[in-house]
This record gives sequence, structure tokens and C-alpha cells, in this order.
Amino acid sequence: MGEMAIVIETVIKAITVLAVVAGMAAFATYIERKVLAFMQRRLGPMHVGPHGILQLAADGIKLFTKEDIVPQNSIKPIFKIAPVIAPASAFTAMAAVPFFPEFTLFGYTVHPIIADINVGILFVMGVASVGMYAPLLAGMSSVNKWALLGAARTVIQLLSFEVVTGLSILAPLMMIGSLSLIDINDYQMGGVGSWLAWKQPLAFVLFMIAGFAETNRTPFDLIEVESEVVSGYATDYSGMRWGLFFVGEYANMITVSFLVSIIFLGGYNPIWFIPGGLAILLKISFFIFLFLWVRAAWPHVRPDQLMWLCWKVLMPLALLNILLTGIVLI
Amino acid sequence: MKLFFFTFVSSNLRYYIQHLKRREDPRVSLEFVLAASITFILAILLPTIFLLTKNLGPNTKGNRAKNLAYESGVSKSFGDGQGKFNVKFYLVAIIFVLFDVEIIFLFPWAVNVRELGWFGIFEMFTFMFLLASGLIYIYKIKALKWQ
Repeated sequence: MGEMAIVIETVIKAITVLAVVAGMAAFATYIERKVLAFMQRRLGPMHVGPHGILQLAADGIKLFTKEDIVPQNSIKPIFKIAPVIAPASAFTAMAAVPFFPEFTLFGYTVHPIIADINVGILFVMGVASVGMYAPLLAGMSSVNKWALLGAARTVIQLLSFEVVTGLSILAPLMMIGSLSLIDINDYQMGGVGSWLAWKQPLAFVLFMIAGFAETNRTPFDLIEVESEVVSGYATDYSGMRWGLFFVGEYANMITVSFLVSIIFLGGYNPIWFIPGGLAILLKISFFIFLFLWVRAAWPHVRPDQLMWLCWKVLMPLALLNILLTGIVLI
Repeated sequence: MKLFFFTFVSSNLRYYIQHLKRREDPRVSLEFVLAASITFILAILLPTIFLLTKNLGPNTKGNRAKNLAYESGVSKSFGDGQGKFNVKFYLVAIIFVLFDVEIIFLFPWAVNVRELGWFGIFEMFTFMFLLASGLIYIYKIKALKWQ
């Protein structure tokens, strides 16, 4: 029964991760509306339940039961499949992310990682970038000019910033000498002073900027500039099909928050008196708040400014960072 | 087709489980393959279940006006939804392929940089210098200049 136990354990872990992340994605929409409202001196959702907390359930019921419209000119099979790709790739990428420190449950040691592989970070980046097919296929199969332009913009944005993500993460990896996220976490065991953010500040900033761009968050949310491309690749989508893109975006936000916390901010190592599990929860809550804060505070950039930023500022900086790290290390 | 798929999956699963039993050291960790495929199947399943819930609500075929593509209310739309668009988008995609291959090439080097020492540094910096000069050429021909 040894192998069956592994299968059952993996299934339980995977279901837990999927359920928790889907729940967090739903809850993040409520938090986002509240935080944005408070930053603009409004109250946000207030009517459904105490402080509008049941707004979540109301939105869910509406989204789940909404009529499904498929435009008549669209390429129907691709149009229907495309939204599934976004959450599927985002959830699969989480298979290699260690969420918490090991803990014991009913005398059984649980490793809170679905697949403990030694090239974890490559797996996460590779699988998460498959999500790029969702906007591309959605935009091209809708047969709609807004969708086509939105898809083209989204894809070049994601492609360009993938280069920056890869290059910025190389410098910390040179210091650590391993691609496993658990090794990266263990490298920073010596408290706040050993966090990689202090040793690699440039890589940290570059990775954060690339993370904002990869999840299409505000300074770079060129896909949903209403005055230019209506709502980009999702123009012809409605109901749950549109909702799946949304779930994928929020799941990606959570993945990026976990990655930044683990690689640069000490991951799930305990800080002073705070236990490791709580520490990483605080860190990812902070990053999700940062995503919303930036959305409230910054206008978005123009597409040509985005390309300028990526290829002429961030990429040379990332290359320079690798050169410097290499020379210092040897 | 469905039967073929099922036998394919089940035979693969049996193969993995046999390897797990023998605790061999295969090229790819089979526990990982198993775990990743289980996650992938569940990750496909969850959105599919989400999509099926539309049957709870009103289930109409829509009407002609509702099923049109969104064109800002213009009844006779101008141009084609699958028409041409700026070639710069393709250009960026091609440049991306170039640099992404560079990054994949850099990953194994980055992990072993300490063991390789100055030799590895010189080799890889030469490679990066060549690609950086390619980047300068791309700036020069204004491939990344929009308008």
C-alpha cells in the first residue's frame, strides 16, 4: 500500500491547495474592492451582509448562474477552451511551491509541497508562462478587433517581461547554487539579516516589477485600458468564462507573492518570535496589499513606454547585475 | 479514442507505480511526474466544473443581436476581426525567443558558477557579450521603437 499512500497523499494535498487558492482568489476580490475604496475615501461594498462581506457569495452566485454567450462569428472550440488554460496553468505551477514549513499532523509529518523537485523554480516559471496561451487564443478566436489588439499587446508584454524575470532571478541563483525552492528558503535561515533582498536589492526590485507585469497588474495593465481596447482579449467573454481569466490572474498574483517571499524575503523561516507559517502568511498578505496599493496610487504606462522600460532599462540592468554578481562571487 | 486515452494513462500510471515500488533512480523523478500530473488533472477539472455551473441559470440560445461580436454598437463593422496588425508584435516575439534561449542556457551555468570559477565566468561573459551586442544592434535598427 506504500505507493497508494503516496497517490492519496498527493491528491489530498493538491485538492487542498486548489481549494485554498481558489478561495483566496475569491476573497482577494472583496479585499481589493475594500482597499481601493478606503484609499479613495469611499466605503466600498456595504449592503450585503456586515461590511459587505457576503458580497462575495452574491457575486459568486451571479457569476456561476450567468447565461453563457458565445459570439456567432467566433471560432467556437478554441473560444470555449481558452479560459480554462489560465487557471489550469496557474494552479499547476503551484505544484512545486513550498507553502509552509513541515508540520506534524496526527503523528504524520506533512511536507506542504505537492512535488518536491530539485528544479522547482524552473518548473514554476515554465508552467506559469503556459498561461500566456489563454489571452492569445482567446483574443484570436473571438474574431473581434478589440480582442485581437488586446491579445497582441498582452502577449508581447508577457513575453518581454519573461526575459526580465529570468535574468533577474539568475543572480540570486548564482549565490545559492540550487534551483530548488526549499534550498533557496534554507539558504536564508539566519534571520532577517540573511534575507537575499539585502544582498541582491537590484534583482529584488527587477523581479517585483516583472511580477507586476506578468500578472497584468496596474502600472502595466495595458490589456484592460478601456479607452483603448475596451477590455482587451476578454471583450467578448462573459459570465464564468470571463471569471476563469479572473481566477487565473488572482492565482498568479498569489504565486508571485509566494515566489518573492521565498526567494528574497526569507520564505517560511521563523523571524524572532513569529513562527514560520505565520511569517510567510504575513509576507504574502503584504505583497497582495502592495499589488492593490500600487493599483490605487499609480496610473498605467503607455505600451511604448512599457517596451522601453523592459528592453532598454530593466534588461541591461539585469545583465549588469549578473556580471557584478559573477565577479564578486569568484 | 477515449479507450485509447484511458489505457495510455493507466499503463503510464502502472509504470510509475512500479518504479516507485522499486525505488530506482530514474532520470526524471517519477514521484514528481505523478504529483505534477495529478495536480494538472485536478487543475483542469476545477475550471471545467466551474464552467458547467452555467446550466443552473437561464439557458437560452441568445438572439442575433446578442450573439454579435462587440463592436461598440456599430451594426456594420469596418474591417475584419482577423485582419492584419503591426509587424512589430512579431518582431518582439522573435527577439524574445532569442533571449529566452539565452536565459535557459544561463540557468545551469548559474547553479555551477562557483565550481566553474574564472573559466566559466570568461566563457559565459563572452557569450553574454555577443548577445548584448545583438541587443545593441536591435536598438540601432530601431526594432523596439514604437512610432
